[in-house]
This record gives sequence, structure tokens and C-alpha cells, in this order.
Amino acid sequence: MINVIWFGMIALSVLCAGANGRLSQLSSGVMEGAGDAVELSLSLLGSMCAWLGFLRIAEDSGLTQLLAKGFSPIIDRLFPDYKDAPELKGKICMNLSANLLGLGNAATPLGLSAMKAMAERAPGSLPTRGMILFVAINTASLQLLPINMAAMRASCGSASPFGILPEIWVSSLGSLVVVVLACKILEKKYFDGVGPWNR
Amino acid sequence: MEQVGAAALPVIVGLIVLFGFFKGVDVFDSFLAGAKEGLHTSMNLLPTLIGLIMAVTMVRASGLLDLLCALAEPLTQAVGVSPELAPLAVLRPISGSGSSAYTLSLLQRFGPDSPTGKIASVLASSTETTFYAVTVYFGACQAKKLRYTIPAALLGDMTAVVLSVLTVRLWG
Repeated sequence: MINVIWFGMIALSVLCAGANGRLSQLSSGVMEGAGDAVELSLSLLGSMCAWLGFLRIAEDSGLTQLLAKGFSPIIDRLFPDYKDAPELKGKICMNLSANLLGLGNAATPLGLSAMKAMAERAPGSLPTRGMILFVAINTASLQLLPINMAAMRASCGSASPFGILPEIWVSSLGSLVVVVLACKILEKKYFDGVGPWNR
Repeated sequence: MEQVGAAALPVIVGLIVLFGFFKGVDVFDSFLAGAKEGLHTSMNLLPTLIGLIMAVTMVRASGLLDLLCALAEPLTQAVGVSPELAPLAVLRPISGSGSSAYTLSLLQRFGPDSPTGKIASVLASSTETTFYAVTVYFGACQAKKLRYTIPAALLGDMTAVVLSVLTVRLWG
């Protein structure tokens, strides 16, 4: 799937640029994009290392396991396959909390660490239902305090930067519910008895 | 509210380090072990990011994105919102920096408290950069097949688009 999407993006871009005479913009765009990625990785490197460092402290001290225990009524229902893996549940909890608190810089490293731990339980090229649900939840953003948006609104002279909080809560919670339901319904349809599914 | 947001990060970091210290963990050693893992993760991620961001930049530079937005515009007329919102809905799942720059331009042009400004604010903060999250998360592990990840995630994005218009209509 990712191969098809990537191919489609590149091929259609070249075709489209050819058709409306933007090939010169496209040619500078190619290398610019590659360079931007390196810049982004370097800026991510710091927060990645810092947050995985803090995560390790929290794991070694038992804080994440504590968090996992507290959230287990929700986590066990969402991810029934990881009931017996407190450390993995802890990683998932850390990622979800970072998302809720709007700490986007922390959510990605913590999430990647959870993904790796899930992948270790089910080697191979097929993702498990838990991995898919986890990624899908991370594509819907449920945050309690959208700080960045409020700051952007304030800078544009808004009378109430946080005035749209209820709207944001309802629509992000709504999209999260739809994502979870879609995953739970689709996982039954897709399960064909092949590969590691619920490890 | 702003203070609460600014306090979240230092409080969490302080809590983690304090808890670890009083539990007798060698906090700096643990930190270094974790940070080292971060180095590997970042380096493994670099090829994925280069491939993804290059493709997104190409889509934007070639005018393909403008074309997609133009295709989405008739929809906005049907719903009765300003056509300038269509590019945001298309841009949001694909490019994080692109969509926040566009949101800023909408807020400046229409005003943050206008209906268009409100819908843009809600829409931009109730979804994530779907393609980025999917590529990066799956890029960090061996799984190569995505199965139903994209359909489920896009369904969520569409829900957020519909709900952001509806909620602002109802309460705005």
C-alpha cells in the first residue's frame, strides 16, 4: 500500500508538472524536500533522545507500569492482546498521555518505542491488529489543551483564543471514536488466519 | 490556560526524574541508555523521512495539490462554507507545516473569530498529519503491509472535517 501511494505521489507530480509547465519548480522541489527531511531529522534527534531518555527513567523506576495499571480499564479493552505485557502497556500509555497533553514532540518518540515493542512480539511483514489500532489512534489527535492553536489565534488578534475548545473536543473525540470503531470492525473482516494477528 | 500548557512539560519531566531518583534509579545512566536508543531510532527513520518529505514537496511544487484542492471546492459550495477551506481539508492529512501555514493565512484573512476562521482552527487542531504518522510509525518497525490503516485513519479525518463544520455552525 505504501509503495502504491508513494509511487502515485511521485508519478502524478511529474505528470502534473509536465502538463502545466512547472517542471523547473518540481526539479528544485525534489532536492529541497530531501534536504528538508535531513533538517527535520536533526531537529527531531534532540527531542527523540531526550524523551526516550526520560521514558527509560520512568520505566526503570516503575512509573510507566504504574500508569499502565491506572489506565488498564481502557487500554485492556482497546488492546486486549497486551494484557500480560505491563511494560508495553506503559509505553502505549506514555504516548497517549503525551498526545492528550498536546506534547507532540514527545508523542512521536514514545509512540515509536511502543511500535517497536509491539513489532518485536510479532516479527514479519504483517502488522498486528494492535499495531494498526495504535497508529490509527495516533492519526486522530485528541488533545485537552490545543496550546499551539490558541497561540496562533491569539497572535491573529482573537478575542477568545480558547473559545473553540468545545468544538475541538467534540470533533477530535468524534474522529477518534470513528477511527477506533473502524479498526475494530475492519479487523474482523481482514483477519484471514495469516500471519501474527493478535500477538 | 496558557500557563497550564507551559507548565505541563516541566512538571512531567520533573515528576519522572524525582520519582526515579527516590526509587533509587541511577537516573542519568537510565537517561543515557534511553537516549542512545533515540539515536538509533532517528537514524533508522531518516530514509523514511527523506522519501516521504521529498514526495510531499513534489506534490506541492508540481501543482498537483492545487489541482486536488480545486476538485474539492465544489463540495464547499454544496455545504455552504467558504471555498478557501477546501485546501485545508486536503492539506491537513498530507503536510503538517503546510497546513499550519495555510491555517495562519486563513486566520489573518478572515479573522480568527469569523465562522471561517473558527472552522479552520477546529479542523486544524482536531486531526493529525495522517500520512506522516502512518509512514513514520510503520517505518520504525519491520511491518511493511498497512492493511486497513489508511482507510480507518482517513475515515477519522473525514469525520473531523464534518464535525468541525457542524460544531461551529451549532455553537459558533
